[in-house]
Amino acid sequence: MMRTTVLGIGVAALCIALVLSISPAAHDANVAAGPLKVCSDPNNLPFSNARQEGLENRIADLLARDLRTHVEYTWWAQRRGFLRNTLNAGLCDVVIGYPSGAEMVLTTAPYYRSTYVFVTRRARRLRIRSFDDPQLQRLKIGVQLIGDDGANTPPAHSLSQRGVVRNVVGYTVYGDYRTNSPPSAIVAAVARGDVDVATVWGPLAGYFAALQPVPLELLPVEPQVDNQFPQTFAISMAVRTADRARLQRLNQFLTNRHTEIAQILARYHVPLVEEGR
Amino acid sequence: MRRLIIPIGCALLALHCSGPRSTVKPAASSSTSNPTAAPSGTIPSPDDTGDWVRPAKDFASTRFSGLDELTPTSASRLVVKSTFSTGVIRGHEAAPLVVNNTMYVVTPFPNFVYALDLTKPGTPVKWKYEPKPMGSAQGVACCDVVNRGAVYDNGTIFFNTLDNRTIALDATTGKEKWVAQLGDINRGETITMAPLVVKGKVLVGNSGGEMGVRGWLTALNATTGSLAWRAYATGPDKDILIASRFKPFYEKDRGQDLGIHTWPGEAWKQGGGAAWGWISYDPELNLVYYGTSNPGPWNSEQRPGDNKYTAGVFARDADTGEAVWFYQMSPHDLWDYDGVNEQVLVDLQINGAMRKTMLRADRDGYLYVMDRTNGQVLSADPFVHVTSTLGIDLQTGRPIENEAKHPSTGTVIRDICPAAPGGKDWQPTAYSPRTGYLYIPANNLCMDFEGVEASYIAGTPYVGANVHMYAGPGGNRGEFIAWDPVNRRKVWSIKEQFPVWSGVVVTAGGVAFYGTMDGWFKAVNAQTGEPLWQFKVGSGIIGQPVTYRGPDGHQYVAILSGVGGWSGAIVAGALDPRDGTAALGFVNAMKDLPSATTRGGTLYIFGLS
Repeated sequence: MMRTTVLGIGVAALCIALVLSISPAAHDANVAAGPLKVCSDPNNLPFSNARQEGLENRIADLLARDLRTHVEYTWWAQRRGFLRNTLNAGLCDVVIGYPSGAEMVLTTAPYYRSTYVFVTRRARRLRIRSFDDPQLQRLKIGVQLIGDDGANTPPAHSLSQRGVVRNVVGYTVYGDYRTNSPPSAIVAAVARGDVDVATVWGPLAGYFAALQPVPLELLPVEPQVDNQFPQTFAISMAVRTADRARLQRLNQFLTNRHTEIAQILARYHVPLVEEGR
Repeated sequence: MRRLIIPIGCALLALHCSGPRSTVKPAASSSTSNPTAAPSGTIPSPDDTGDWVRPAKDFASTRFSGLDELTPTSASRLVVKSTFSTGVIRGHEAAPLVVNNTMYVVTPFPNFVYALDLTKPGTPVKWKYEPKPMGSAQGVACCDVVNRGAVYDNGTIFFNTLDNRTIALDATTGKEKWVAQLGDINRGETITMAPLVVKGKVLVGNSGGEMGVRGWLTALNATTGSLAWRAYATGPDKDILIASRFKPFYEKDRGQDLGIHTWPGEAWKQGGGAAWGWISYDPELNLVYYGTSNPGPWNSEQRPGDNKYTAGVFARDADTGEAVWFYQMSPHDLWDYDGVNEQVLVDLQINGAMRKTMLRADRDGYLYVMDRTNGQVLSADPFVHVTSTLGIDLQTGRPIENEAKHPSTGTVIRDICPAAPGGKDWQPTAYSPRTGYLYIPANNLCMDFEGVEASYIAGTPYVGANVHMYAGPGGNRGEFIAWDPVNRRKVWSIKEQFPVWSGVVVTAGGVAFYGTMDGWFKAVNAQTGEPLWQFKVGSGIIGQPVTYRGPDGHQYVAILSGVGGWSGAIVAGALDPRDGTAALGFVNAMKDLPSATTRGGTLYIFGLS
């Protein structure tokens, strides 16, 4: 049975230890020179915003403190072309949150793993955990939409493969960029009762659920890997593919500061899951 | 998160590269005595003076010029007469305009407009207009920064900006007459198409179907920029301007509020159907014709139903916008087959009777010959290798499904042809009433859907089909085709290494011009396909050639070079060739483009030595 825990951090620390044991000992003195240049979205809480209120802003501050420097941001909406126009254009050196093992970048050991969750109003006592819950046939369901051809959030795929389509309402992750943190609209929709239940990426759901006027319940979706669709994802820091020295420094930071990072994640109500569940 | 490595080979079949020469007299021939006479079989432009006032040349979208100084004999004497750097490096898809000895060029973002004086040596800039499109929300408009051109009418240049403004400029001075804000880039809307002015109204359509927008075509009053009407592609009939005059030819396209009922729940509210392509106009029928984009951003499994009125073509009253008929090429589109390609309006002898027809080389790979008075499909034949469907049923108007090729995220499907960019994408065809042929700048691309690929956007991980594109049968990725629409066959074709992503112009002198993505601008004999002349320009060509009569009375031909667009994103966007699934899988098919060309926008003007 799935529970939200902080055990993922322990697994991450183990991974870091393994990475360090096989990493070359090269140390680049330039890594710590100058400001910490971070590529970040100026309008995407709980991760980041231009007022530096996001969890990734907190982690960047912690990293800068360790490096005895300050953070310098390159702001760019985290959409298609984000890496190309920021990190890989050399405008900045680190992306604080990126899926572990993603191509086009080097990623550190994971520092957390989260999951898609079902979000409902607690007072409704719907307690939906599984895509196979028969309630999903009749309730109004909000899903996050992406919009690349054939691509979407894993719960959207899982629901459509079960024929759950007529009672589904889409909320694009793009939203309206003039509003604050546009992807958050789906969580407010549950609180308002526009939809009965929504499938939402954990960190987004956790942070915005806590800000709603009514209590919401978040339960990780099951199964966690549904017919090839992973519902949980590990998150790392990312650097350019040639930037191995910086990667090593970041891995050390993640090991040294895993307690503080876990505290930040908890403060932002990020639902965490264990590897392989 | 690792992407799967996909074998890119496919069973290569020998493709008929060049059919027999036509022995049939062109159905719509015309007098050759007057070089600027409008051809019979097409609708004459009232203003054909040797100028080029709209990207498609005439309302019928023939891209045929009556000029005849350039011929199969003289074309070898073509030389560069002038060049001009636009100062912009993204993909240049626009057609230059020529009006009263001035050339007008609109660039990709940031959408500069230049007026060049053709009467002076070196064609100097008369004026430049900078619309300064919104750059504050960097990265919000993700990908399509192209612009397909301006249009001239009544002393005014009209064009669209990426951030959804339609702007009217005094053609002489470059002074702003009015600006109309039609959409919001913060909600995923952009505008990339060239407007068309019809009877004092500026027609504009939006882009951004995959960002969750709802498609529309909007008419603005040309003198003031005020809204005349807006017709959506999805939703209730009243929003689509469907009323008593709406009479689709086929049963499948008839019914009340199909813009709602052919979707699950409220999916139509983010249904796509954007009108980012071309508009044609028939003054006699007083109808405008345009196509709608694919349904988005839903996966096909999430939107059971025909998803009206996406991936089809509308005929609307030019004054009121009221829908008169609709035909859906791709009901419940599975392949990203936008229906936005141009409609070429020509009258042809079909089975012994003259018919008012419309020629459409669609993304789905079929060349449709349709009755433009009522939307009936008279014939639909594959002009490229097609496996995604088995044909078009002329009784029902529906494609004949090939279930074996239906995509389902997480399953493996190979050899889907044509690939998502279609047998032909936005790059427009040209029709010569002299030869009776339609000249098609075509893609020869297939694709595989294999496994599941994970990605990340706006802090959100997601998964989708891992799409890879590659050359279709024969190994060439592009083909320049002369097609006989009456006898329904390929007459000749020229295989090209890369997709032919440029427009075409064809002339009364019997020459057809097009460009290649590796930067060759080519003249070929319109009758035979024989190569006549070619010139290597600075960057790959994805623009639209035009031809005009210069101030000296001689014929010139002009083209913008500057690679980019969807097919050229690997160069213009400096994408990583190792990421084969970038640009929705197109990068895989274009890995060698960076070694064939570099980016940068330059105008070239050619004339006889």
